[in-house]
Amino acid sequence: MAVRAGRALPFPARIARSDAALPLGLLAPSIIYLSLLILVPVVQALLLSMQAENGAFSLEHYDRMVHDQAFVESLTNTAKLLILIVPIQLTLALAMALLINSRFPGHGIFLYIYAIPLAISDLAAGIVWLSIFTENGYMNTILQGLGLIKEPIAYLSYENLHLVLMTIVVAESWRATAIVMVILLAGLQLIPRDYFEAAELFGAGRWKRTMLVVLPLLRPSLQSALIIRTIFAFQTFAVVLALAGRQFPVLAYEAYDSYANLFNPRVAAAWAGLILVLTLIVVVFYLRIFRVRESEMAR
Amino acid sequence: MSAVADRAGRRSLGRQVLIDRTLLYTVAVILALWTLVPIYLIALAAFSERSAVFEYPKTVLPTRFSTETMAFFVGSSGVLSSVKNSVIVALGTIVVALALGAPAGYALSRFRFPGRDGFQLAVLSSKMFPIAILAIPLAVTFIDLGLYDKLLGVIIVHSAMVLPFVIIVTAGVFASVSRELEEAAQTLGTSRLGAFVRVALPLALPGMAAAAIFAFVTSWNEVFAATILTLRERTLPALVVASLNQSPIYFKFAGGFFLIIPSLFFIWFMRKYLFNLWGPGR
Repeated sequence: MAVRAGRALPFPARIARSDAALPLGLLAPSIIYLSLLILVPVVQALLLSMQAENGAFSLEHYDRMVHDQAFVESLTNTAKLLILIVPIQLTLALAMALLINSRFPGHGIFLYIYAIPLAISDLAAGIVWLSIFTENGYMNTILQGLGLIKEPIAYLSYENLHLVLMTIVVAESWRATAIVMVILLAGLQLIPRDYFEAAELFGAGRWKRTMLVVLPLLRPSLQSALIIRTIFAFQTFAVVLALAGRQFPVLAYEAYDSYANLFNPRVAAAWAGLILVLTLIVVVFYLRIFRVRESEMAR
Repeated sequence: MSAVADRAGRRSLGRQVLIDRTLLYTVAVILALWTLVPIYLIALAAFSERSAVFEYPKTVLPTRFSTETMAFFVGSSGVLSSVKNSVIVALGTIVVALALGAPAGYALSRFRFPGRDGFQLAVLSSKMFPIAILAIPLAVTFIDLGLYDKLLGVIIVHSAMVLPFVIIVTAGVFASVSRELEEAAQTLGTSRLGAFVRVALPLALPGMAAAAIFAFVTSWNEVFAATILTLRERTLPALVVASLNQSPIYFKFAGGFFLIIPSLFFIWFMRKYLFNLWGPGR
């Protein structure tokens, strides 16, 4: 007996001792890789944007960016997209998540359908809606077929910039609602069923129940979704490119354009720096007003 | 008296349930149509004749099915090789990201060590950096290193993009594989590595597969870095972006549909892991 107990003891102890170095060894490759490919480039981009060709400190590239004729427009366009898209996405995603969470018969297939856009790229989404909103496309066909318009509307023309904005909002809402839905649904599943039943018992109607019971409990998920969507709104790129081309400048497009078409990596780095700074400001702002726990931040 | 009231009450309750159900399915179907109809329409556009693109009004029923547009797209110069490039880059991304990320995920799930929380936070916040600020300086570096316009360069960047997700997901997967099983295998005489390979790894495979598919999808869809880092060795999205200005509209439609195809299958395979991959990270 005593011998067996004595033999059994060393095992956990041995595992614990060999464990001291093991986790660091397992983590090291990832730490090195992420440092080299995320941390270093970020620092490099900031340096690149703040140096003249001869290497001296200079803000000339930021100066050039600010005086670019598309500067104000790309800022306001990006802001407009953010302000219009985020509320639409949150509303649609909340409706989807609440429906799925009611676990009606067949909810599995609906979850699959609602989740499909998760794997669709912004480029493909832009092209999908191009086929719908192009002048001889499906939207005009349907509207005219229903007798709602007399002649085709040029949604994507330079003369109708508010319509161009609308098409981009629709395409982005279509594509990126799915991720918001997944975040909200995951949050809903954490709310104990008892809460719903208790509210029912006290006679709360469905609408009231949702507003008074579910939404406050869902606050952490709503915050995560809001932060994620805002971060990505600053990076909107391919949807805009596919639908509107250059006529609707946004920040990420200017960064791409400076690099790929104007061959000026330093000005491109300045645009990228602007995107980063705006992202950080928004994240800090959200964290301040929500007081989100740190671990929830980057979800 | 009370029985009558009871029955009436039950009937009105039944009607209420019926109304609720109808309302619920109506909204669910409308939202499903909002998701599916655009996919149907791009498929319709991709599978009609090239000349049909310029017709107006359009037919919204698949009465004139034709593979002409898709055949033109696939036959266009550069398309097939860009598809091949996209697949190579996506597979390479899977290999690099899993080789680096799975050990880190395993370490997070099995060990308590100093700096664990800090590491986790760093991984989570690394998802936040805009791709533009990574791709532009890396393009400059890659020119010096001879990695510019090479598929390996794109693989390296895509791996960095998906690595944080892979670490978090594999940590979740290994956390759900019982540690006692591994320890039991060790007490039966296997080494730590043997216990991992024979016990933990097989149980973790489905979750790892989901992480791999996620890496594939992310790489397959990535536009900005691929466009910045390549010139001739284009991936499919980079090719489509570069040709947006000059290509005929039916080329774009076929390309758009082609890009969407994998998404339909991938989400089906991964539906169990939606919350691990895209939901709030653990």
